[in-house]
Amino acid sequence: MEPTFVPLYAVLVSLLAVPLILLSSSRPNVREFWTILAGFIKFGLILSLLPTALAGNSVELTIIELAPGLPLLLKADPFGIYFAVIASGLWIFTSFYSIGYMRGAGEKKQSRYFASFAVCLSATIGIAFSGNLLTFIVFYEMLTLATYPLVIHKENRKAIDAGRKYLSYTLTAGLLLIASAAIIYNLTGTLDFRPGGIFNDVHVSGPLMLTTFLLFLGAVGVKAGIMPIHSWLPAAMAAPTPVSALLHAVAVVKSGVFGVIRMTGYIFGTDVMTAFSLNDIMLVIAGTTILVASLLAFRQDNLKRRLAYSTVGHLSYIVLGVALITPLGMTGAVMHIAAHATMKITLFFCAGAIYVNLHKENISDLDGIAKVMPWTMGAFVIGSLGLAGIPPLNGFLSKWHLAAGTLEGEMIIPVIILVVSGLLNVGYFFPIIYRAYFKTGDSSLDNHTEASPFMVVPLVSTAILSILFGLFPNLFFNFYDLAQLIAFTLFNGG
Amino acid sequence: MMTDFLLGHYAYWLTLILLSIGLYGILFKKNLVKKTIGLTILQASVVLFWVSIGSKWGATVPVRHYSLPTSEVANYLNPLPHTLMLTAIVVGVATLGVAFSLLIAIYNRFQTLDEDEIRDQIQ
Amino acid sequence: MIETHLPALIALNFLVFALLIPLFGIWKRAVCQPLAVTGTGISTALSLYGFLSVLNDQPLRYFFGAWQPPVGIEFVYDGLSAFVVLVINVVAFIVLIHSKHVAIGEFAQKQMAYYSLVMLMMLGFNGMVLTGDLFNLYVFLEISSLSAYALIAIGEKGAPFAAFRYLIIGTAGGTFYLLGLAFLYTVTGTLNLIDMAAMLPELADNRAVVTALILMVVGIGVKAALFPMHGWLPDSYTYASSTSSALIAPIGTKVAAYVLIRIMLFLFGIELIDLVVPISTIVGILACIGILYGSIMAIAQNELKRMLAYSSVSQIGYILMGISLANPFGFIGAVLHILNHAIMKATLFMVSANLRMKEGHSDISLFDHTYRKKYPLTMLSFTVAAISMVGLPPLAGFFSKWYLVLGTVDANNWLFLVVILASSLLNAVYFFRILEKVYMSNPNSEVEASDETSPMDEVKPSMLYTTLTFAVALLLIGIFNVAIVSMISSMFPGGL
Repeated sequence: MEPTFVPLYAVLVSLLAVPLILLSSSRPNVREFWTILAGFIKFGLILSLLPTALAGNSVELTIIELAPGLPLLLKADPFGIYFAVIASGLWIFTSFYSIGYMRGAGEKKQSRYFASFAVCLSATIGIAFSGNLLTFIVFYEMLTLATYPLVIHKENRKAIDAGRKYLSYTLTAGLLLIASAAIIYNLTGTLDFRPGGIFNDVHVSGPLMLTTFLLFLGAVGVKAGIMPIHSWLPAAMAAPTPVSALLHAVAVVKSGVFGVIRMTGYIFGTDVMTAFSLNDIMLVIAGTTILVASLLAFRQDNLKRRLAYSTVGHLSYIVLGVALITPLGMTGAVMHIAAHATMKITLFFCAGAIYVNLHKENISDLDGIAKVMPWTMGAFVIGSLGLAGIPPLNGFLSKWHLAAGTLEGEMIIPVIILVVSGLLNVGYFFPIIYRAYFKTGDSSLDNHTEASPFMVVPLVSTAILSILFGLFPNLFFNFYDLAQLIAFTLFNGG
Repeated sequence: MMTDFLLGHYAYWLTLILLSIGLYGILFKKNLVKKTIGLTILQASVVLFWVSIGSKWGATVPVRHYSLPTSEVANYLNPLPHTLMLTAIVVGVATLGVAFSLLIAIYNRFQTLDEDEIRDQIQ
Repeated sequence: MIETHLPALIALNFLVFALLIPLFGIWKRAVCQPLAVTGTGISTALSLYGFLSVLNDQPLRYFFGAWQPPVGIEFVYDGLSAFVVLVINVVAFIVLIHSKHVAIGEFAQKQMAYYSLVMLMMLGFNGMVLTGDLFNLYVFLEISSLSAYALIAIGEKGAPFAAFRYLIIGTAGGTFYLLGLAFLYTVTGTLNLIDMAAMLPELADNRAVVTALILMVVGIGVKAALFPMHGWLPDSYTYASSTSSALIAPIGTKVAAYVLIRIMLFLFGIELIDLVVPISTIVGILACIGILYGSIMAIAQNELKRMLAYSSVSQIGYILMGISLANPFGFIGAVLHILNHAIMKATLFMVSANLRMKEGHSDISLFDHTYRKKYPLTMLSFTVAAISMVGLPPLAGFFSKWYLVLGTVDANNWLFLVVILASSLLNAVYFFRILEKVYMSNPNSEVEASDETSPMDEVKPSMLYTTLTFAVALLLIGIFNVAIVSMISSMFPGGL
């Protein structure tokens, strides 16, 4: 197969599954077969690009011109491939899990659900492979639209309100993105993502640069859940759990973080960021978000909401790592994308399994469930320890790099933030584990056993993955090398 | 000076006065027939203005006359504004026709031609 | 033969059919609609042919009776007029095909008059776009307006009153235009647009010229529904019959906007327009107010057609804002939005016609999730058009917004930028409100909604496929917008 077309096929494959999914809506097994088939093909296609990425090369494909001089450009560069591998790989797990969850919970309109999910994945891979900002905008908006039906899936008052909130945040973000793209195009005459940025030869006044940066940060920051524009994320927990798991822990929010890195390293460039002290703004916002989100997580009794706030906090780890503008910090940030993805998806899977199996959503009701659901809670323990940054899980490795990055940048406050937040992580996960293992449950737990294997197998697998990647960061996909390569190109030009 | 300016532009002032009367009718009269009359006055003012810019003292109608050589075009009026205004008047008459047929339709439906009453009935 | 007479044929063809329709309509009422479609079809084909040939050749100047200007009247067939003529004829063609069953349902007795008037109105619109003579423009303006008043009067109970209000305001606007023209004529002695444009640079600071400019912008601004002269529009579009709204809303205001482009950017030109009075800034600010006002009012409406009417006020603002920016990107945005908005609004009004056909109303508060089952394709078209209105890629609406945004950035006009972006959000509010109702079961209803109650019950094919055609067109225009944009950019006065 011609490698130049692989990025296009990778984007299209799940879109092509949509009509098949909708047509076979009366036969659920056939429908789910299409989802899984598309998932595997997509993952395979993206894996075939991995050697290119490891060699430091990219695959470029211009599909059509969207505006004079601004093509719809798919460019699978190492960073894009890295992100695409994570998103498409975890989609397979989520697909299996979704089958168990949706059937277990007896949800309606499953065809719409699976179809939207497939569109979301196309959009996410599109974001990963966007070669310029206009292409990025196209897929970013597509992701917004495709996620909306998933957020409102339950169609109750709460879900609809969450959907409105989600749309108002993300559509505003899209508009900010368009505005900043227009300004950038006006200033530089290009919108390409280039390692090192496109602002190097352009003289721009400080206030204008700051405005552009803030617009852009607002645009990608909404999906990246930075405070104070994060509040759609906890609200969007009204969606079914697989949606929260893949989209609100991996695809959507990571698209936001991905956008932050694209912005920092590929549009503004590390030199410009430091020259205009733009990274200081990001540092302050990210640091605050980490601490506040971790504290807010304590107050949530709803398990999914607690996880949501934890997600907000962890996303800002990545933003913080980027804002350090040091190679190690960048490596840590990139690695944390993968690390947080595997761990948080495990935790959400667990929350969903508990909900479907025991109909429990609140932490205060979780007493003694470890006896009933040993596998699920085991995976939960692994995920939460990983997020707290305890070795040998993969959360440790990324956090280690983040800390090393701060020291490399000769900063001390970010290290303190990281340490404090690690403690807070332990703090808000520990009560869950304590209740599950050391308290005795009431009679409602009788006659209940472990959740359906469709759910348990994926969540155990992702938990195992977190351990494996912690021990062998280069296992399977050479994530560690990739992260270092990405950080290296950002600081030394493409 | 001032008198010269005022008197020298008398056609403008007449137009302006007629225009104002027409606009007043359109904007402030509640009866739809009166509004239509206002509209006609407004159109008439503009027609008269065009006619006035096409005329001048000491010139005659643009029909060739043996005593006035055609080499001296200044002896004749500019016919173009007048012919244009024939068209404009026809347009005005057509507008008036449409307006009256609409008024008949309105009266048949609402039994009144008062703007406020019609508004009340619609809501 | 056809090449040289093309501009006249495109417009006058409508006159022929305006006469043919009553002739045959007396004999048989059912032939009126096919005749109207045929007539529009011929003009569409001619304008398509002309558009393609004018792309490669020089602009065509057609002198009536071979009288050279300034004595004679001419039609100017250049890229811009060819483009706009093509757009309005294609839209009219599709809407007329769609109109068949609407006409039978809503005003079966008046079909002959209706279609004859439509032909006259199209004559007026085509003439306005093509003519190169400013007085001739006035005549065509009145032809189109008079037919539009009559068309609007064929409708619900309030229609004649809405039409009468439009008549009063519209005629006053036309009269102002005529008065402005009088001033220009006294100064330049010509009525020909090209002649006059050549003379104006020496006269641009003349008080009469400035007065003329203001009067003409006000006069045409009424027709274009430039805020605050939009008062006639909401009632007219609401009470007119569904198919009249679908025809007049996409075309009428666009043609007026086109005339504004001609006057502001071609007749006066970018350098002269703001010489004495900052007219383009004023138009731009009024457009901004109109954009916000229209969007906010649209949110408050409970009737689909009225909501779309207010949305038109807002969208026209986009076009006028693009013109007022007077830079290439703004111009591209404005002209592209003439096309995009024409198609979006036609789609939306056709959807409202389809719903009225089936449900007997288009009251948003009564919409529910059964529509999704009953009218899947109609609602799909609505969704596409709505998303395009909000301006999400890759649909057409996104790209006109993109160029307008580039234009505002280029002009360093941050106020306009904020207005465009804010208005997109407001658009999202009033369209997603409907989409929510249609695609979701009502969360407040006591009864558990069952999915099986409503079998598919789509409208007639002639209505369904025309609506779908436009929806597909929106996607195609979006994807292939570069081809259109490169044409538009060559139409910018003075080139790029």
